[in-house]
Amino acid sequence: MEIITPTKNKLDKPVAFIQPNEQTGNVVKKALMDFFMEVTLLSRFTIRFFKQVFLPPYELKELLKQCYVIGYKSLPLVGITGFIMGVVLTIQSRPTLAQFGAESWLPAMVGISIIREIGPVITALICAGKVGSGIGAELASMKVTEQIDAMEVSGINPFKYLVVTRILATTIMLPILVIVSDAIALGGSLLAVNIKADVSFNLFFGNVFEKLVFMDVIPAVIKTFFFGFAIGLIGCFKGYNSNKGTEGVGESANSSVVYASLLIFIMDMIAVQITSLFS
Amino acid sequence: METITKDIQSEETNKEQPSLMIEIDHLSKSFGSKVVLKDFNMTLNKGENLVILGKSGSGKSVLIKLLVRLLDIDEGTVKVLGQDVVQLDDSDLNKLRKKIGFLFQSAALYDSMSVRENLEFPMRVMKDLKAQDKEKLVKEALENVGLEDAIDKKPSELSGGMRKRIGLARTLILKPDIILYDEPTTGLDPITSKEISKLILDMQKKYMTTSIIITHDMECARITSNRVIVIKDGSVLAEGTYAELAKSDDAFVHSFFE
Repeated sequence: MEIITPTKNKLDKPVAFIQPNEQTGNVVKKALMDFFMEVTLLSRFTIRFFKQVFLPPYELKELLKQCYVIGYKSLPLVGITGFIMGVVLTIQSRPTLAQFGAESWLPAMVGISIIREIGPVITALICAGKVGSGIGAELASMKVTEQIDAMEVSGINPFKYLVVTRILATTIMLPILVIVSDAIALGGSLLAVNIKADVSFNLFFGNVFEKLVFMDVIPAVIKTFFFGFAIGLIGCFKGYNSNKGTEGVGESANSSVVYASLLIFIMDMIAVQITSLFS
Repeated sequence: METITKDIQSEETNKEQPSLMIEIDHLSKSFGSKVVLKDFNMTLNKGENLVILGKSGSGKSVLIKLLVRLLDIDEGTVKVLGQDVVQLDDSDLNKLRKKIGFLFQSAALYDSMSVRENLEFPMRVMKDLKAQDKEKLVKEALENVGLEDAIDKKPSELSGGMRKRIGLARTLILKPDIILYDEPTTGLDPITSKEISKLILDMQKKYMTTSIIITHDMECARITSNRVIVIKDGSVLAEGTYAELAKSDDAFVHSFFE
């Protein structure tokens, strides 16, 4: 990269607006180093999780508490999102299907779209925002205020108590939230269908389930376990390794959402490829 | 209460303890190029209250974190209750940590738990302790710090002084042999600071603990100390009683007592 417009400073020496080649190379090199360092640390963190998860003591009480916090307390948000998702998808799809005279396909199309793809991904993204950021901020705040150190000096394993329980809870609860969200989305779709037509409950759901096969449902459920694992893992990794004081709390919450969302999309892409291989 | 206290003491605690509770030899610790502790030597005898003075960033907090291996030691040896902390595996380190109380600068109360849960939390390691014994220990700990009414409150509902008292109660609940205080009176008004300092002294007399107190509060140092160490440039500059160091000719040492 060349120097574009040199100006002069007080000592009449040229000042570069754009860094010369060597410095640009160094910036790229540092960014790559940081990326690989982050990947290495995340891999170690994941290995540590799998080592600790099978070893006693098992923190069942804390796991149940986290399932309640992560699952039950996310239900209203997930429910509302699911309902809107069903209504919007139905209203948006109807005109296009009507053009082809395929309005009767509306319940089946909405059902397959929601159960296979939209339900799991949207619910996972909502949870990445709500749960992932919450975990990241909570653990980072505990780190800053020395609560994690306090646990460690009490002879209690903070990784097992804080990290293992949260990752397990997100892994267990996300599939349940997705199932609930899918059900509410289909309810919303039924309502939206009935705005312009008179379709009974039995007819609507009969149409939905007639077209659904196991290969639509099972891969969609399996991938939600991975989405849940990713949300918990990234939130815990960012929070547990936060080290910039109070500034780090916000940064951990933010990066938890960003990285978890990105990972959800990557995992979804892989899941779609694998599913298409089998179907 | 006597029986509960006996119950929570581990087998090792009941063995005769060494008179030298902590022994630090040629300890060094750096963070990158910044040397925090350099060839640091120190001993702590049983029943002693040692106050450590030094400028901010002189490595006082790092020193007590090294004692419980919250940080890794670069060079030198640290023996706590006769055990070299560097050589201990995770299980033995946790056993040792049960005998050491640590009061953090911010009290480090668990925000998501009530005061009762905060006090019960360290007792998780005492598997044989019954629920009613836990309850008695919690009440005793709160009586010691005069905050019986705060039992069901959340840390966010407590003042700075109350948080420090609850932190002290949590530190004392397992009756540790050694207590490490990291700036126990920081951020408190002079009256509450004096109350906390007296509380530290009372608890030391009641439970016969050995303590290291890191502070910038000279009134706290005067009330609590049997011996004072002044750190400069990562090593011990001066050592003696509060009265001896107050008369020191060294300008750096003297500046703390002005």
